[in-house]
Amino acid sequence: MIEGLRTGHGGQVDRGRPVHFQFDGRRYQGFAGDTLASALLANGVHLMGRSFKYHRPRGLLAAGPEEPNALVTVRRDAARVTPNLRATQVEIYEGLVAESQNRWPSLRFDVGAINDFFSPFIPAGFYYKTFMWPRRAWYSLYEPRIRAAAGLGTAPTLPDPDRYANRFAHCDVLVVGAGPAGLAAATAAAQAGARVILADEQAQAGGSLLSDAAGSSALIEGRPATQWLTQALAALTSNPRVTVLTRTTAFGYFPHNLVALSERITDHLATPSPDAPRERQWQVRAREVVIGAGAIERPLVFSGNDRPGILLAGAARTFLNRYGVLPGTRAVLVTADDAAYQAALDLQDAGVFIACIADTRAAGAAGERARAAGIPVLNDACVLATQGRRRVNAIELARRTDGGLAERQTQPCDLVLMSGGFTPSVHLHSQSRGKLDWSEALQVFLPGASPERCRSAGACRGVFGLEAAVGDGSAAGAAAARDALDPRRSGVDPGGAAGRASAQVAPAPAQSAGFSGALPVNGRVRGRAFVDWQNDVTSKDLALALREGFRSIEHVKRYTTTGMATDQGKTSNLNALGIVASALKRTPPQVGLTTFRMPYTPVTFGSFAGLQRGELFDPVRRTPMYDWAAARGAVFEDVGLWKRARYFPRSGEDMHAAVNRECRAARSGCGIFDASTLGKIEVVGPDAVTFMNRLYVNAWNSLAVGRCRYGILTRDDGFIYDDGVVARISDQVFHVTTTTGGAPRVLAMMEDYLQTEWNELKVWLTSTTEQWAVIAVQGPKARAVLEGLVDVDLAPAAFPHMSVARGHILGVPMRLFRVSFTGELGYEVNVPADFGRAVWEAIYERGQAHGMTPYGTEAMHVLRAEKGYIIVGQDTDGTVTPEDAGLSWAVGKSKPDYVGKRSLARPAMSAPERRQLVGLTTRDGAVVLEEGAQVLAQSGAPVPTRPLGFVTSSYFSANLGRSIAMGLVSGGRARTGQTLYVPTEHGEVAVEVTGTVFLDPKGERING
Amino acid sequence: MADLAHARTAPLVDENRWLRMLPDVCRWVLRGDEPVRAAAEAALGLPVPAEACRAGTSGERAALWLGPDEWLLIAPEGQEGLADRLARALEGRPHSLVDVSHRQVGLLVHGDVATTLLASGCPLDLSDRAFPVGMCTRTVLAKAEVVLWRTGVDEFRLEVWRSFAPYVTQFLAESARGTI
Repeated sequence: MIEGLRTGHGGQVDRGRPVHFQFDGRRYQGFAGDTLASALLANGVHLMGRSFKYHRPRGLLAAGPEEPNALVTVRRDAARVTPNLRATQVEIYEGLVAESQNRWPSLRFDVGAINDFFSPFIPAGFYYKTFMWPRRAWYSLYEPRIRAAAGLGTAPTLPDPDRYANRFAHCDVLVVGAGPAGLAAATAAAQAGARVILADEQAQAGGSLLSDAAGSSALIEGRPATQWLTQALAALTSNPRVTVLTRTTAFGYFPHNLVALSERITDHLATPSPDAPRERQWQVRAREVVIGAGAIERPLVFSGNDRPGILLAGAARTFLNRYGVLPGTRAVLVTADDAAYQAALDLQDAGVFIACIADTRAAGAAGERARAAGIPVLNDACVLATQGRRRVNAIELARRTDGGLAERQTQPCDLVLMSGGFTPSVHLHSQSRGKLDWSEALQVFLPGASPERCRSAGACRGVFGLEAAVGDGSAAGAAAARDALDPRRSGVDPGGAAGRASAQVAPAPAQSAGFSGALPVNGRVRGRAFVDWQNDVTSKDLALALREGFRSIEHVKRYTTTGMATDQGKTSNLNALGIVASALKRTPPQVGLTTFRMPYTPVTFGSFAGLQRGELFDPVRRTPMYDWAAARGAVFEDVGLWKRARYFPRSGEDMHAAVNRECRAARSGCGIFDASTLGKIEVVGPDAVTFMNRLYVNAWNSLAVGRCRYGILTRDDGFIYDDGVVARISDQVFHVTTTTGGAPRVLAMMEDYLQTEWNELKVWLTSTTEQWAVIAVQGPKARAVLEGLVDVDLAPAAFPHMSVARGHILGVPMRLFRVSFTGELGYEVNVPADFGRAVWEAIYERGQAHGMTPYGTEAMHVLRAEKGYIIVGQDTDGTVTPEDAGLSWAVGKSKPDYVGKRSLARPAMSAPERRQLVGLTTRDGAVVLEEGAQVLAQSGAPVPTRPLGFVTSSYFSANLGRSIAMGLVSGGRARTGQTLYVPTEHGEVAVEVTGTVFLDPKGERING
Repeated sequence: MADLAHARTAPLVDENRWLRMLPDVCRWVLRGDEPVRAAAEAALGLPVPAEACRAGTSGERAALWLGPDEWLLIAPEGQEGLADRLARALEGRPHSLVDVSHRQVGLLVHGDVATTLLASGCPLDLSDRAFPVGMCTRTVLAKAEVVLWRTGVDEFRLEVWRSFAPYVTQFLAESARGTI
């Protein structure tokens, strides 16, 4: 630290705890309690960043979250790199490494600063006009270059190693902001018995009180302000109904009083616990919200107002009083507001020489105080220019007179304070869809009515002054608690927010309205007056946009990019509005403000992801037989959330070899397959058959107890939605199976119809997907394997294809289906899931004598394709009717109605040119088509051409010794025998259109 | 041939000091109207709540209100026969009684951190005032659907579909890490 830049005592830093840190590779020392900004200032470092467009040297403008210039990257290690942090919000810790941004090769010497030299040629919107020719160069040259130059900071490239937590919370009253108003609100609400959450973005509660001088004479409720703060905070933190959260930003306001908070837990720690989450996102559902967000000081727009060393008066006061840092030695204050005088007086008390106060207004009472303190005051002042490259070293001032300028003077200085008054922070209120009302007295927008249950208190609704803000907060907190705890309170609030400000104190008369817009100067202005520091927007840019015809503030914003930077215009929006309004000769409310968007300050992606990453990204669902398959080296695939065994490779086998072997085994001996993931719904009740008739396309009256049927479900548009075997367990009980992925949506569709359309039906649905483990035993030896294990007579006559029976397998209760998705003799053994593994192993053991082979989903796909059985979602795509899929035989045509019937009756739904599912066989059986490949009518058709359809399923069939494929082809069935063409990467492949059943067309095997 | 009737194996989950797996039980989903509820209550000797989101208990048996016509019935393992008794009592009344004993598992989250832990993934207000002892509901824990039943001031029973149990326990363990 540089001697003399730190006060001897006072403030919130701990002078007994030095902290070492690096900025741009240089080592510095600060104190515990410092922010990076205050610690750098204490080391005499004012240059902290380069501006976005012109790469102008920039120092601090502010001391809080609104800081537009001092954006830094904090680098904890190779993976923990956070760009675009505001140095004013970065708490230093031992070993902190921070870097400036948007400069190369260094902050002091930045090549990009050449942009500043060319600035007359790159005004607002230049890239819309400049890079028009030659047209091709936009893609090859202009856009890549602009993209490389654009953007702030660099995103980290390694995966984020930190953990992020989430918390849902509920409270009666959420208070946002722990300044005087917020503390008073929380105290009042807590005293009324409310459950309170108080959140503040800073490391300490206190808000503006933290910026008061140690010896400040400010009183709250008759006590010194600091004492009041300590006592209020102690009372809140010891109250079990109150949660006080610091380092916690309320960044978004969502419907029904849901407010999102981002709590930073470890960023300020030198050695955080590896277990601790870095941040926690709170989703707070509050009955009532009190916003005590405070106000942000406005910069003044004058020529050369962006040099390092020119900062907001309140910020200088904060650096001095809170951090004990002298931001300069010789200062000039330019102000349009009384409050800033206190900054000059505080700095003077600390030993800073105040060369002059330039007040843009006529002489007033505040000036008298300053003069009494020996500070010269220049009234009706204007700023002509400032000087200094990397730090301001002089300011040129004058007094405006009717005829021109008087008292022109150049004041040497290393610090310029400015204040245009205060802009209430209405961000959260606005996010709540609250209206903004223009205050003529204060010349700012204030919170109006909100559809949410929120109220603002203190400076954020224009109630300035300590006593007034505390009184306002107290009233708001009490009123919020009263409303939240009102026993008559219902979920709905028809009155909305109307009248809810009435309980609060009336706004105190404005001390002064400050100033918005460009400071008037008589005569010619040199240089640029910045409105938006972060996006380098000047008053001239705004004027240019207006000259070019933009009128809407939203258009002006987008054309000039004012207010579009990461600070979202916290310091610039009202000045931009002032300039636009004055140029258009409209009032500010006629021009209006741009929308306040969340987040209030940037929020990490990690905090949104929370714990839901890696293993916990989504639930991983495993069947009872998963471990058995895993132990046998099964390769798994994701089907929905499920892990399904795809194939079981033996040593040396690739997938093709394994699948070929598994397919042959299922047709020659027997295979065993885990079908547990299939959706299962128990449809029960006296109206079960009526329900099934109305929902599925099939006729169900004729399905006898003990029998199964292949069911097809269409949506009301007539397209296939799902399919599966349906068994009639008893007169009133159906066991419905669905596809694996379709289980939740089929149940939801069923419930939807039941609850909204067919409320009168006495039928109930229960998901039994996870109740049953399902073991498919398929192949010519399937009966031989199961005989003796089950107490059901498996003789073909007693238990033919499509039968279902209840019984036992090895003493375990069972529902046994005789069904087949392979075309072979097959059974599906359903047992309660906890028995699945033991029963599976017993069947497998018994099956060894018959060559039983476990097979996975890949072999299952091939086996069903050999038989032309469809897979919904693979051979259908949401535009396929049962007839298109060749399944019209399943449709109960004489039924009066079913979901989809009306749509299927439309002529277009049976048009002959509709795409129909057909078989496609390649001339060369070794060629396996690619699924998704297009099917063309003509060989060598010129591109572009209109395809007839596409391949939906394609495999090599070991059982047939050749490839097989199915596809959806326009008028497909009428083309049987025709040759069509499939373009592939390796040239065109001729295919013959066939039926979809490639193996055992008579279906004899299934009845074996 | 071996008898497997006692080879029941529930999915494995990691237990810790706030979370343990509850013993296997019999479970049924009962659906029906008010007379069905009343008849079930009489047949089981167990309060079957008519009040929304409340659980009735008698010894180790419980009936959880999950919907206006839906209850989850829980009984200790070995009481499978209750289903027949209930079916007889409900004969002639339209209803649905489906065995879901193996569909889900019971987990107990307990200790003074229980509500905090659950609040990492459950959006409901779990304060005593909003979610008193004896209250139950179907809700979510992160991306899993669960039935949540407050069995004590610091004690919640979760009924979780079996394939989601590892996810739920991992999620709770991860939520606890570094914060509890």
